[in-house]
Amino acid sequence: MGAVVEAAGWGWRHAGRRAWALRGLDLVIEDGERVLLLGPSGAGKSTLLSAIAGLLAAPESGDDEGRLTVAGRPAEEARGRAGVVFQDPSSSIVMGRVGDEVAFGLENRSVPAADIWSRVSAALGAVGLRHPLSHPTGWLSGGEQQRLAIADVVALAPDLWLLDEPTANLDPAGAAMVRDTLRELLVSSSATLLMVEHRVGPLLDMVDRVVVLEPGAGVMADGAPAEVFARDGAALRAAGIWVPGGAPGRLAPPRPAGRPVVATRALTVAYPGSSGPAVDSVDVTAYAGQVLAVTGSNGSGKTTLALALASLLAPSTGEVRFLAGGPERPYARWRPRELVKLVGSVFQDPEHQFVAASVEAELAVGPFRSGVAGAEVRRRVGELLDLLDLAHVARVNPFTLSGGEKRRLSVACALATDPVLLVLDEPTFAQDLRAWETLVALLADQRDAGRAVVVVTHDDALVRALADRRLEMERGKVTGPGARVGTEGSDETAPAR
Amino acid sequence: MMRVVLAPLSGTPLSRFNPAAKLGAAFVVMVGLLVTADLVSASAVIVAEILVLPASGVRMRTLVVRAWPLVLGAAGLAVANLVASAASSAEVAALSLRLVAIALPGVLVFLTTDAVDLADSLVQQARCPARFAYGALAALRLLPLISDDWATIQRARRARGIDAGRSPVAKSRLFVSGVYALLVAAIRRAVRLAAAMDSRGFDSRRPRTCARRQSVTRRDWYLLAAAVVVVGGANALAAVAGTWHPLVG
Repeated sequence: MGAVVEAAGWGWRHAGRRAWALRGLDLVIEDGERVLLLGPSGAGKSTLLSAIAGLLAAPESGDDEGRLTVAGRPAEEARGRAGVVFQDPSSSIVMGRVGDEVAFGLENRSVPAADIWSRVSAALGAVGLRHPLSHPTGWLSGGEQQRLAIADVVALAPDLWLLDEPTANLDPAGAAMVRDTLRELLVSSSATLLMVEHRVGPLLDMVDRVVVLEPGAGVMADGAPAEVFARDGAALRAAGIWVPGGAPGRLAPPRPAGRPVVATRALTVAYPGSSGPAVDSVDVTAYAGQVLAVTGSNGSGKTTLALALASLLAPSTGEVRFLAGGPERPYARWRPRELVKLVGSVFQDPEHQFVAASVEAELAVGPFRSGVAGAEVRRRVGELLDLLDLAHVARVNPFTLSGGEKRRLSVACALATDPVLLVLDEPTFAQDLRAWETLVALLADQRDAGRAVVVVTHDDALVRALADRRLEMERGKVTGPGARVGTEGSDETAPAR
Repeated sequence: MMRVVLAPLSGTPLSRFNPAAKLGAAFVVMVGLLVTADLVSASAVIVAEILVLPASGVRMRTLVVRAWPLVLGAAGLAVANLVASAASSAEVAALSLRLVAIALPGVLVFLTTDAVDLADSLVQQARCPARFAYGALAALRLLPLISDDWATIQRARRARGIDAGRSPVAKSRLFVSGVYALLVAAIRRAVRLAAAMDSRGFDSRRPRTCARRQSVTRRDWYLLAAAVVVVGGANALAAVAGTWHPLVG
């Protein structure tokens, strides 16, 4: 049938931005091809996918140049033709019930009411969702929600599939489930596929072509996966792209424990209105000079545990004790300015933590709050701006930074008060390889400087590179022994410094 | 994280009526009670509402549990008017009773109507634009996430060492910047949802079909007629009693 997607000298600039998200793109995707789209952060991968889906309209949402066609028509006119699966299922599901959700797209396509429900059932069957049609979508797990989003596309039977990091927001079990579903569907379909994904390893068997975008400069590499990775692997890696087998291994041998910094005893946290406790009698200690990784599926209670360790949530029963200084009062009742001196927290979404109008001011908040003198605050801010490569954006509003910069800033803010304990929730989420390596090296430095580091994460590469101990959680409980990675460390071990 | 969901009551006799017809009946009551401003008509409508309440299948207890803010609002309005305005206590009582008489049918409608059914019915019977009805429905689904976001923002503030202490100025500034962060998060999410809806053809000019048929039966017309009879009767009663006087003018 020929080309499905064709870009000729195409470029896009989001409204209100000076820089082009994409420029000078020449790309032809033929009918039936299975294409993996790669590129470092800021290369415009998601923008290209949105444009092909017809979701970008000039001049309302930005400026375009060149030509982008889908099945021979301008992409904008072909809106609704491609089936799109987005990154975050919780903000792409429209309806409150499973059956209505799949029916939504069919109604929009004017499918006669009599045919809708049989197509809904067939689509749900194809992705292996066996809930009744009236099952609330909010009760599904992340992996199930994403399979529902895939069923939405299956029901429409498009000849072009666009997948925008479909497994990035899922825990490992959910991601595996979604990959299996996609693999099965693609084998029995002749549709064209264009997929963006950060970590490419487990997906390579689904594609026959890899296209690598370079920020602002079109296509950097293009060809069969094996060929591209063999020929350009080193260059891709240097550009910050995750390549198969590219994740670094252990950075340094596991370290013995220093003094205990924070410890829980029979910690239980129950949210009001929920059926069971989110964290259920957990005993854990974080030690100075060690990285403790907390892993587990979504809803296993690992984020709740991290919040309690950082004194951001009060225990329902049991206790959390901070053992490295601070006020006499129970840990959960410390004042914020007392807390920030000793504990640095990094949230999953950096934007939640920003309170100031510039990067500089943002970095000064913590030290200023904990009573550090003005000259010293300025010195630390300057040091952190350099250390985390943020000096060029010192006067910029934090909300306008790129994803990688926001993450670095939120970590820098946590370090600004020179805390004893660092607690981070999914710090490597959505980071390209270069940003990932910077972050991991930084956390290793913090650990080596004698801080206790707690990371909540799904990222196996991070755990492998950095964790000295690993705590696996399931339904609020610690499963397994809180296994130590490598050497045994315990309270009896002599302090590391 | 599980959440308490205030799901509509299902299986009550009132649940079986057409949502748009129910909303229409509540609207009739509202209009009928806005032409006059007297105690008699409002009281008559409330008496009628209380009499039909058992037939609606909604128990008094449920109503009180779900509608207490309304009663509180009416009481607050009464107190405020008594204290702050020159209105007589009879006028204030009439105003408060009117508020209750108008709001009660609305509360019953929302207690016994599923949001999806309401959107379907608004599109199919009331000729409401689908873009508005289903857009609002989708937005409704995002609302509970806002309370999670707010809790996260408060925790993030604590983690940054920020508290307002006792200063009301610092408190209000902190609140405003929290609302800003909340808005940014809500808008980001709404933009993503809108893109997902458009990618599935929601904005296409083609007419939509409806997977769920909402029909109007004779029963729904009886409901509307009953509403007209009740407010008409109440107005007539007020005229007979000599208390009827227009709200405006």
